[in-house]
Amino acid sequence: MELLWLIPASPLAGFLVLTLAGSKLTRGVVSAVGIGSVGISAAAAVWVMIAFLRQKSAWNIFSQTLWTWLDVAQLKIAVAFYLDPLALVMVLIITGVGFLIHLYSAGYMARDEGYCRFFAYMNLFVSAMLILVLADNLLLLYLGWEGVGLCSYLLIGFWYQDPANGYAARKAFVVTRVGDTAMAVGFFMIYQHLDTLRISEIMSKAAAAWPVGSSLPLIIALLLLGGGVGKSAQLPLQTWLPDAMAGPTPVSALIHAATMVTAGVYLIARTHVLFNLAPLAMNLVAVIGAATLLLAGFSGLVQKDIKRVLAYSTISQLGYMFLALGVGAWSAAIFHLATHAFFKALLFLSAGAVIHSLGGEQNMFKMGGLWREMPLIFWTFLIGAASLAALPLVTAGFYSKDLIIWQSFASVHGGAGFYAAALAGALLTALYTFRMVFLTFAGPVRTPVTHRPGISMTLPLVILAALSLFAGFLEMPETLGGVHLFSRFISGSLPEIPIKEGLEHLEGIFEIVSGVVTLFGIYFIYLFLQRMPGLSPKLSTSAVGTFLNRFWLQGWGFDWLYDGVFVRPYVFFGRMNREDVIDSVYDMIAWFGRTGYSALSLTQNGQVRTYAFGIALGVAAIMAMAVLL
Amino acid sequence: MVTIPVSHGLLLAGILFMLGLVGVMVRRNIIFILLSLEIMFNGAGLAFMVAGSCWGQADGQIMFLFLLAMAAAEVSVGLALVFQLYHRNNTLDADQISTMRG
Amino acid sequence: MLNQKMFWKSSLMRLLTRNEKYEPMNAIFYISAAIAVVSTAMAISRLNAVHALLYLIVSLLSVAQIFFILGAPFAAALEVIIYAGAIMVLFVFVIMMLNLGPSAMETERQWLRPGMWIGPVLLSAVLMAELVFVIANSGSHPAGSHEVGSGAVGIALFGPYALGVELASILLLAGLVGAYHLARQDSGNQSEGEV
Repeated sequence: MELLWLIPASPLAGFLVLTLAGSKLTRGVVSAVGIGSVGISAAAAVWVMIAFLRQKSAWNIFSQTLWTWLDVAQLKIAVAFYLDPLALVMVLIITGVGFLIHLYSAGYMARDEGYCRFFAYMNLFVSAMLILVLADNLLLLYLGWEGVGLCSYLLIGFWYQDPANGYAARKAFVVTRVGDTAMAVGFFMIYQHLDTLRISEIMSKAAAAWPVGSSLPLIIALLLLGGGVGKSAQLPLQTWLPDAMAGPTPVSALIHAATMVTAGVYLIARTHVLFNLAPLAMNLVAVIGAATLLLAGFSGLVQKDIKRVLAYSTISQLGYMFLALGVGAWSAAIFHLATHAFFKALLFLSAGAVIHSLGGEQNMFKMGGLWREMPLIFWTFLIGAASLAALPLVTAGFYSKDLIIWQSFASVHGGAGFYAAALAGALLTALYTFRMVFLTFAGPVRTPVTHRPGISMTLPLVILAALSLFAGFLEMPETLGGVHLFSRFISGSLPEIPIKEGLEHLEGIFEIVSGVVTLFGIYFIYLFLQRMPGLSPKLSTSAVGTFLNRFWLQGWGFDWLYDGVFVRPYVFFGRMNREDVIDSVYDMIAWFGRTGYSALSLTQNGQVRTYAFGIALGVAAIMAMAVLL
Repeated sequence: MVTIPVSHGLLLAGILFMLGLVGVMVRRNIIFILLSLEIMFNGAGLAFMVAGSCWGQADGQIMFLFLLAMAAAEVSVGLALVFQLYHRNNTLDADQISTMRG
Repeated sequence: MLNQKMFWKSSLMRLLTRNEKYEPMNAIFYISAAIAVVSTAMAISRLNAVHALLYLIVSLLSVAQIFFILGAPFAAALEVIIYAGAIMVLFVFVIMMLNLGPSAMETERQWLRPGMWIGPVLLSAVLMAELVFVIANSGSHPAGSHEVGSGAVGIALFGPYALGVELASILLLAGLVGAYHLARQDSGNQSEGEV
């Protein structure tokens, strides 16, 4: 347990070594440091997990104070880590998936010029993310939060020679900044009213200080929700994630699927006490989640770029997590977060292998027939896709997503509307996922395979595929054996969800319904693409089809809307103010001085008579004043 | 004795002063400017005298004496300057001697 | 305002209606005042410097006359001796030394165009009007009712005003030294005391 500090410290050390000495190291050493540091971190995480599980009594919360960070008057902030079941789950996901992705990157990035820079950024990211989830106080959490944002920016714009990548990076940074600002204000308010930034103290004090439904926790919860919405790419700040796919594929897998984007979910789960005090904010979380999962699902249906499909599916799955958080299904949200980390990383890495093999091709309509060419990748991708689409019984995705769908209805905060959205989302997920599978792997070969992935790329795929299949067995519904390992474990930090009266025995029916919906979706897209291949072009060339195609392709026109509402007016004002309007006032003072100088110097013409005239004029004026006043 | 209102004497002093002022402003010849200055001094002196005689005190005459001493010093220095200026610039035009303009 | 009306009325009465106690000295005051004004006006408008000087001497003499009428014979004598005598001689002396010749008249004529008078005269008129206004409001008090002789002046001069006399003498000395220094003709350019 005492090794907790090593978990974030090891990648940080790796980052420092790679940054300071990177140019002098060979590729072998860079890989060893980059992967090894995360490996040490993962090993430490496993060690800590074993120690944590072997505690005799109920799972104690472990906290470790390293040193005092700030000590100003009453404000005392320590660099301290806080380990509870929620943090442990996050740490295991980050280090485990992070390690696999680092391993994969060694193969994927092997021929890239910025090899060392890439691993340095990745190590820094892992470190920052671990600080985020382990932070004992909100300030340290914010440090990690901004750290991952910075790394996200650096890695999206990794291939900085292309201006489009730099634009995508800036967009991601600026859009998430909107949410971050709200969150920072929320932190300020928490400190102002509760006098502490330690998360555990905040949670105990908040519950004591405010009654349910009062306005202060509502405002704070909404501000924190703003931060979560920005980081997790939920409506209305979801626009940055599809563009973030400009980064290398391992980055998309690690940052923009498995870990960083789930920070918003983590934040809300971490501060669930505040949200419990504000039912309105809870409801809003659920509404945002439901709306996002549907919007992103529709957009995912029409994308051509395989990575963009995955990006939209990520937004959609994060929408599921928000929906779960909103209805109070904390454990389901975190469970889905975990399984999503596995299968989405698997999908991204498989897609990366495909892209890599096809020499950088990302358009699905130029792929095809790959199941025969690269069977291993086909199988891993298929497992990931099945898990994403929640293929019943055999995949992890089924167990986690089914839990959310069931609880979106059964929870005391749930309702029929949420259930309908979740179910529709499940259908959409099945449709776009298997559309991707059929377009990429079935049909004729459209682009030849140039080279095949090596062992460092395939090994992580196999491990992740196994996790995508079997992680679901940690938590199974009553009708299928009633395993509750995960929810019992996580209940150490998150409360259990209260179920509506008289619905317990209906869970099985709901599972059958969602399973049928998924299967129907897969069958439908199979018919649509394989059996009736003429139908797809006909549909997309019809008037409605063309419109919807373009509308969804561009993500419901949010980019266009924000461009018109925020970017253009801002640029317009910037252009208007290029000469600095305020400055012109001060320029006028200078102008006045200069003009006054030249006007007065005209009077100094060197002629005595003029001076005499001036004196007389002055005397006349003064006398006039004396006479008239 | 005379019974002239003091205001009449002061008015005369004012008229003389104004005439001198007009001369200073109008004339371009430095000698005439100095001359006009003398007229202005004279007007001022007259004002002192009128005021002094109004109260029957000697102070007015004393001020006039000081004024006289000042006018003498001024005119001697001034005429010496005129002399030097004429030597250097070969003109008496005050407008042309304007090298000290801003 | 009432005060002002009274002033003009009494002035007119005094000038036109020979009032009860006719004082010939009063008439002499007004006559010498008129001479002073006219000759001064002539002095500032002459083209020839020597003519202007002569008019100025007339003006000074009439002012000396006024001093005498006001009961200050000592000041009147000084006015004649120092002003009309010494200072004017200095002017004549300088004009003589400059030796301007007949072309000076022509240049004066060019310099003294009629239009140039307008501005200064207007300005002076305004000043004069203001002065009249102020003087008229200050009320009329008779002047020159006592004679202040040279004895009284001398006692005051070397009594309370002794310091002023010393300052005046230093000023005169400075004027003497300054005039000598400034007017000195440097032979060529090897001047040691450039001004």
